[in-house]
Amino acid sequence: MTKRRFLPFLPALTLLAMLGPVAAGLWGTFLPAFGHLPAAGLTGPTLDPFRDLFDWAGLPRAMLLSISTGLLATSISLLIVMLVTAGWSGTRPFRLLERLLSPLLSVPHAAAAFGLAFLIAPSGWLARLFSPGVTGWERPPDLLIVQDSWGLTMTAGLIVKEVPFLLLITLAALGQADAQRSVTISQALGYGRVTGWLKTVFPRVYAQIRPPIYVVLAYSMSVVDVAVILGPNTPPSLSVQIVKWMSDPDLAMRLEGAAGALVQLGLVIGALVFWRLCEVVVGRLGQRWIASGARGRFDPLVAELALLAGAASALAVLLGMVVLTIWSFAGFWGFPDALPDQLTWRNWMRFGPGTLEALAETALIAITVALAALVLTIGCLEAEYRYGLSFSARAVWLLYLPLLVPQTAFLPGLQTLMLNIGADEGRFPVMLAHLVFVLPYVFLSLADPFRAWDTRMGTIAAALRASPNGVLWRVRLPMLLRPILTALAVGLAVSVGQYLATLLIGGGRVATLTTEAVALASGGDRRAIGVYGLMQTGAALVPFALALLVPAIVWRNRKGLRDG
Amino acid sequence: MDKGLSLRNVTISKDGAPLLSVHDDVGPGEVLTIMGPSGVGKSTLLAFITGTLSPNFVAEGEVWLDGDNVTNAAPHQRRVGILFQDDLLFPHLSVGANLAFGLQPGGSLSERRKKIEDALDEIGMSGFADRDPATLSGGQKARVALMRMLLSEPCGLLLDEPFSRLDAARRAQVRDMVFDRAKVRKLPVLMVTHDAEDAHAAGGKIMTLGE
Repeated sequence: MTKRRFLPFLPALTLLAMLGPVAAGLWGTFLPAFGHLPAAGLTGPTLDPFRDLFDWAGLPRAMLLSISTGLLATSISLLIVMLVTAGWSGTRPFRLLERLLSPLLSVPHAAAAFGLAFLIAPSGWLARLFSPGVTGWERPPDLLIVQDSWGLTMTAGLIVKEVPFLLLITLAALGQADAQRSVTISQALGYGRVTGWLKTVFPRVYAQIRPPIYVVLAYSMSVVDVAVILGPNTPPSLSVQIVKWMSDPDLAMRLEGAAGALVQLGLVIGALVFWRLCEVVVGRLGQRWIASGARGRFDPLVAELALLAGAASALAVLLGMVVLTIWSFAGFWGFPDALPDQLTWRNWMRFGPGTLEALAETALIAITVALAALVLTIGCLEAEYRYGLSFSARAVWLLYLPLLVPQTAFLPGLQTLMLNIGADEGRFPVMLAHLVFVLPYVFLSLADPFRAWDTRMGTIAAALRASPNGVLWRVRLPMLLRPILTALAVGLAVSVGQYLATLLIGGGRVATLTTEAVALASGGDRRAIGVYGLMQTGAALVPFALALLVPAIVWRNRKGLRDG
Repeated sequence: MDKGLSLRNVTISKDGAPLLSVHDDVGPGEVLTIMGPSGVGKSTLLAFITGTLSPNFVAEGEVWLDGDNVTNAAPHQRRVGILFQDDLLFPHLSVGANLAFGLQPGGSLSERRKKIEDALDEIGMSGFADRDPATLSGGQKARVALMRMLLSEPCGLLLDEPFSRLDAARRAQVRDMVFDRAKVRKLPVLMVTHDAEDAHAAGGKIMTLGE
């Protein structure tokens, strides 16, 4: 009964939970950037913070890193996904890639970054596998591969994680694009597979996946955890430097951090505008390319190269997980041995108790946040159904908004704001901050299956005299068990992977698997990192496995729900 | 006006353009068939009667059922039963649980189980209570869907192209069963269809829309 009165307000509450912290955080960034920080006895307005910022010698390099990383990571992962889909969708290698998608997606960014570092570092597994036989190295070569000053390894670390994400949303868009028939027609007209796909399907698919691409761009430009692990140190990328300023015991440094955060926001907005302009240019060129009637002579070669890149990206994550596992069990492992001298439980005995504590914290936060996001999402979708509301295409952008504003632009502000109003840092504010990122993903994951439910089922149930709540609880939710659990798993994985929100809003006192793992990056203890990285991956992966397993067991005697 | 279903000056329009108008009474045990090509708004009329009309449509007029004006009642309080061309059995419930969903509340568990067994006997499906609905044949599903609806003791029955998915052999059998059961329970039946044979078999008044 309370639900009935409550339900109409859920969409508004959801928007508030998602956008409120972002707006408050931007406000909290804006004030100190102009010298206003009452908690430190400073009042503005003044341009000093920006003056200090521009005096920092590392700024041009840091800004350039942010731009190059974002544009490169986004364009390369998009290119790989589009060409692989164009050349291979429907074939056996593509199906294999699809099957690898869920595990690849659920590996947290930090764990994937560690895995990549352990693979390609001079003393990494690849060097060990080919040394001294192929390379002749008896000791690790003196090369700066990980944390290279151009941020190339950091870019690669982002690509290997964005490829599965973009592939997922591309697959979702393909379903509505009537792709297969377009390709068949264009092949009948003599077009190669790739060219035909690019000329007929790509424009439709791109229009649909545009918002998540913008998310990837904004995220790659302002990522912190991957940058801490794989990015350069002197200077670090802008976002990492902002976090350093914000964590400085000297409160005055926050002014410079806030100014940096506004610059970061400006960079992201500028890059998004630049990307939009490139879309127009590519669109024009594409039309000329279509008009030229070129059939695609090099299609087979392009397709092979794309598959190679896609496979390399998937392998980088998977082998990374393997090498993390080996390190977590490694005894003495000298260079250039391909495997450790012995495998031992010692690392797990040593770091296990610490990871369990962090796991408890991680699980408490993730479960609370994911459940809250799920309730809000179901409430919104049910309100939409009962009151016949419909969300316009514009409203969909609201969902993406919290993901488009760079984390480093509003989270520091949120932290400063909390400092000013005397709010305590800790677990509960961290949960609210996680909700900002978890809600959009849970909503996007559940919305399609929820809306695709046959509403005649609801009509029938109502005709059988079930109340609206009865229809929801007794018919709709049980039928949607699988997508609901999947959405929950997505929410859990997003929360588990949160680094910056946990670090800043928790004031460094909320220790999750992710913050603990990233904190190990500077120490370089590969055994500890192996244990924490695996635990972090497990915390994100196990819910996905359960989301597959539980419906299969609950509905084992219900054929009608097994495939749906 | 007492028993039966009556539609009083019902007009449904979309974007200001009138779609259909109906003014008619269906007495207990009678069948009114509304025919017309697809897209003429036949299903829209049924959605208006069940209370699930999409907000894109505007409806005027009243629906009376057994002497009550149900035009503004909530869908689940109207006591209007409906069958679609798909069986729409709840896939997560067994055949017996589907029937129990329809069965009016009340009675002990064993009494309810007995009623469900009797209902299965009535449609010639004794012992099917624990079956997964997805494993039934098309005709069996249609019979369970009918019985589920009847167990909720509706005061009127709407049929939305109910037999069009069934193959020719089962079609007549299911159709006879639906009209028989409705007549035995003295239910007013409103059927929309574009199939002349179904309309003829219903044996009631036939109204044609969209001409």
